[in-house]
Amino acid sequence: MKNWVLGLVGALLLPACVTINIYFPAAAAEKAADKIIDDVWQLKNGAEKPNVNAVEPAAK
Amino acid sequence: MKKILFSLVVLLSTLLASQFVAAAADLEVNTPAISAIKGSMQARHGQLAAHYASGAIGLTKDGMIAVRDANAVPLKDRGALNSAVAAENADRAKLYKEIAVANGHPEWQPEIQSTFAGRWIDKAQGGWYYQGAGGWVQK
Repeated sequence: MKNWVLGLVGALLLPACVTINIYFPAAAAEKAADKIIDDVWQLKNGAEKPNVNAVEPAAK
Repeated sequence: MKKILFSLVVLLSTLLASQFVAAAADLEVNTPAISAIKGSMQARHGQLAAHYASGAIGLTKDGMIAVRDANAVPLKDRGALNSAVAAENADRAKLYKEIAVANGHPEWQPEIQSTFAGRWIDKAQGGWYYQGAGGWVQK
């Protein structure tokens, strides 16, 4: 009796783990888009991020 | 009693674990491929900025750009403008694809594209043109 209660709890939890991975992360995508647009359109001059410089030498 | 306690522990640890999953949901956009595309787009923007302002080009509703009014540009410069627009759109398509791939979900490309479409328009300067529901709109 108690075994299948445990099994039920497990069965309910499992889809929750899968669901987290397959939703498109809209908020994170907007944040990433904003960062990229700010860089491409130079919207935040004077706020150069150090990791931009770190990448350029590697591209040579 | 022990089994109820056990189930509670499992439930609580799943809730705890989901906090870390949510924190890890920031998109990866710092790959060399994406940085290269960004650099190319940033360089081209130096040329395109004046054309946005003049209304010669505008932002489309699917995250690309298009020539809106060729007459805003002298005849001799129209070829160069068309090439620049085509190159920019090629870069944008590559960018949306690369972001999806870099995050392990190539199938996210259309949603990334539509997310960008909204953000480009939102961040556009006053006076620039973008495609609204019924045609070109000036910001």
